[in-house]
Amino acid sequence: MEFFKIKKDIPFMSYGKVTTSISLVTFLLAVFFLATKGLNFGVDFTGGTVMEVHYAQPADINKVREQLAGVGLKDSLVQNFGSSHDVLIQVPLKQNTMGAKLSEHVVEALRQQDASVELRRVEFVGPQVGKDLVENGAMALLLVSLGIVGYLWIRFEWKFGLAAIIANLHDVVIILGFFAFFQWEFSLSVLAAVLAVLGYSVNESVVVFDRIRENFKKMRKTEVAEIIDNAITRTMSRTIITHASTQMMVTAMLFLGGETLHYFALALTIGILFSIYSSVLVASPLLMMFGVSREDFIKPEKTEAEEVLP
Amino acid sequence: MNQYPLWKYLLILIALLLGLVYTLPNFYGEAPAVQVLPLRSSLKADTALMERVEQTLQTAQLTPDVVSLDATSVKARFADTDTQIKAKDVLQAQLGEDYMVALNLLSRSPQWLPDYFNALPMYLGLDLRGGVHFLMQVDMKGALDKALESSSGDIRSTLREANIPYSGVNRDSNVITTKFRDAEARSKGESELKQRFGGLEFNSSEAGGDYLLQARLKQQEQLRIQEAAIQQNLVTLRNRVNELGVAEPVIQQQGADRIVVQLPGVQDTARAKEILGRTATLEVRLVDDEHQIGSGAVAPFGTEIFKDSDGSLLLVKKSVILTGERIDDAQPGFDSRNNEPAVHINLDAVGARKFKEATRENVGKRMAIILFEKGRGEVVTAPVIREEIGGGRVQISGRMNTTEANDTALLLRAGALAAPMEIIEERTVGPSLGADNIKRGFDSTKIGFIAIAIFMIIYYLMFGTVSVLALGANLLLLVALLSMMQATLTLPGMAGIALTLGMAIDANVLINERIREELRNGVPPQAAIHAGYENAFATILDSNITTLIAGIALFMFGSGPIKGFAVVLCLGILTSMFSAVMVSRMLVNLIYGRKARLSKVAIG
Repeated sequence: MEFFKIKKDIPFMSYGKVTTSISLVTFLLAVFFLATKGLNFGVDFTGGTVMEVHYAQPADINKVREQLAGVGLKDSLVQNFGSSHDVLIQVPLKQNTMGAKLSEHVVEALRQQDASVELRRVEFVGPQVGKDLVENGAMALLLVSLGIVGYLWIRFEWKFGLAAIIANLHDVVIILGFFAFFQWEFSLSVLAAVLAVLGYSVNESVVVFDRIRENFKKMRKTEVAEIIDNAITRTMSRTIITHASTQMMVTAMLFLGGETLHYFALALTIGILFSIYSSVLVASPLLMMFGVSREDFIKPEKTEAEEVLP
Repeated sequence: MNQYPLWKYLLILIALLLGLVYTLPNFYGEAPAVQVLPLRSSLKADTALMERVEQTLQTAQLTPDVVSLDATSVKARFADTDTQIKAKDVLQAQLGEDYMVALNLLSRSPQWLPDYFNALPMYLGLDLRGGVHFLMQVDMKGALDKALESSSGDIRSTLREANIPYSGVNRDSNVITTKFRDAEARSKGESELKQRFGGLEFNSSEAGGDYLLQARLKQQEQLRIQEAAIQQNLVTLRNRVNELGVAEPVIQQQGADRIVVQLPGVQDTARAKEILGRTATLEVRLVDDEHQIGSGAVAPFGTEIFKDSDGSLLLVKKSVILTGERIDDAQPGFDSRNNEPAVHINLDAVGARKFKEATRENVGKRMAIILFEKGRGEVVTAPVIREEIGGGRVQISGRMNTTEANDTALLLRAGALAAPMEIIEERTVGPSLGADNIKRGFDSTKIGFIAIAIFMIIYYLMFGTVSVLALGANLLLLVALLSMMQATLTLPGMAGIALTLGMAIDANVLINERIREELRNGVPPQAAIHAGYENAFATILDSNITTLIAGIALFMFGSGPIKGFAVVLCLGILTSMFSAVMVSRMLVNLIYGRKARLSKVAIG
């Protein structure tokens, strides 16, 4: 079986202007939503308390809210979590005057109303921790970006490193834009997914770049644009199939992994979809723009200069 | 052309066999167990203890599946949790306070796996097995403040003792300022203080007709105080966690001023917090050597009976000479006269005066230093008073080795000036959620794997089958590596396994696509296979290294569960390189490599 039997190379580079403008618009939209709506940071980053409780029978959310208001936690967020038996309670740091002791207090209050309540999970994060996590996350992002640029620079040329990292940071910003637009919770595991996407989607660009380099050596008389077109067309089959396979795994996580893995898988899904697009239609046009040429790989033979010796 | 030398086949086969052995323990699951640990250094986990445990269980008519002995404990495995809990109660009652009896889970795998291969199941993180995770912040400023505060008291008493006139000592945040009336008194004072306080740096100035001497903590002294505060808090926490009866607790320093406490299986978080947050107190009292204590006798009026660390009893007077607050610092060291290990204690000004009086009146008697926790006291040490001790510098020596000196110093400090700690992060996962998480992680990996397998086999036929087998080998090796290293597997870690499998197939897709391309260009099958593997390798390497960079950065900056994800990601890249390239090539070689004239390959 074969999905892609393409006889002629698809002239991707001639669409370069259109595709990069589409990218630019998506990118700007993502930045816009990030700026106006902002990310809905989870308790990992903001600090606060999250509790997951389980009832033997379907839980009455309103009663839970009343109970919480009774112990002075009026502004806490109460919602069903996964099933009607499970309830998620989020208490912002500002309301929490008891620090780590809060969870016992809440459970006690809930138990008065229904003794069957079972505490499944507590996460309490103090303000110091959240700040550290944001800083560490930013450092990790920076380090990954620098590491990838550095590696591609050594392996190929600086133009490739720069094109790849721009294309991939563009993916990252778009993922973040989605999280801002839908106000999905941005937790530590989503951050991990974003960084994994950064490493993963660079693969995509690397595979295309590898072909471009190979083509420069093989197709000596061809134009740069055609060389890139050929490289993309030849690797397209592999691109689609690989991503489809990875996406199968991620889809399984999306639906079977439970709430914790849901947003992790969601971030990966967006990342995978956009990395196909960006590596083909952003990284390669950027490479053209930076003026990649055959000389970047095949050094012209040095003509022996005459030497004058004293 | 497509043949591996024999050694390469053997190498791959051995790797896969080892992978199988180390993956095996994960299939047997875990059974409830009870773990008995001696709490005192004088008691050892040995065959005698094992026999005692066996006998106790036998008399209670509880039959363990296995009783085993390791370096630090005796473990007994049971068929169900009911028996386990009964056994715990029976053993705790029989063995008493000197032993900790903890509930635990033990692998059900046959004994030869741990015995000959040291093969254990993967170490599950708290989000998978249930338990409590605390991150505690040690208040370093509090520790430094305390040190400065007591120094300022000591400066006063030193100047008074040396008869040097001064008009005032003030502490203002991190500077102690001493006022003198003239320069002569100041220079005398400075030389006296410099000699006494090695940890302070002094500089002098004049202001408003006063001659000032300002003292600050030296940089290295600050570091020493902070390090000591962390160490003593670690020791205190360890002692307290023992009391909770938790098997395999983790108590570690994290960064400069934080401590991680992980208690697997603990559900009663309220009690855990209460015990961890408790403060210990220390008291110095006189030992009553005039009366004898018979077994079961009542203590005479005005005295109490305490146990010391060896378990022997000691009669101690009720009146308190000093409390731990008067101890500034305790350091292990050596006796300057005979080079025996010793503990050096610094008392503050008030403590020094009280101590001087008490020692003057009680030369030749013994005094006891008692650590109170949970309302129960234990004698840390009970040395004989040789002479009157003034100046607040006390040395305890004799009958101890260096480790004991270290422990005693830590205990004295732990009781005395433990810097305050605060819980700044808590993560509690109930056991039912943990089990659910395992199931979710396992199910998504399984379904994802099956989907990929079906697709690959349909799309690439024989080569797809080879790719799927290689992917299976990848999973096997990854699980084996994780078990071997006993790296902590978290839910994000399980997601990492699924993700690496999804990504690992990339290498095989690259290879298979290359082979197809070569065939399309009219290259004969054997050469096409060869060229496919050769040409794809550089690309596979490049793309894996970029993911590895991301994995390493995540490992460096990630915390807790994210670190688990990063470990799996990095290991998964290594195993996928091996299996996608070597294992799949071996299979292809075995299937096609032998045929000299190959006219057709099944690659779809």
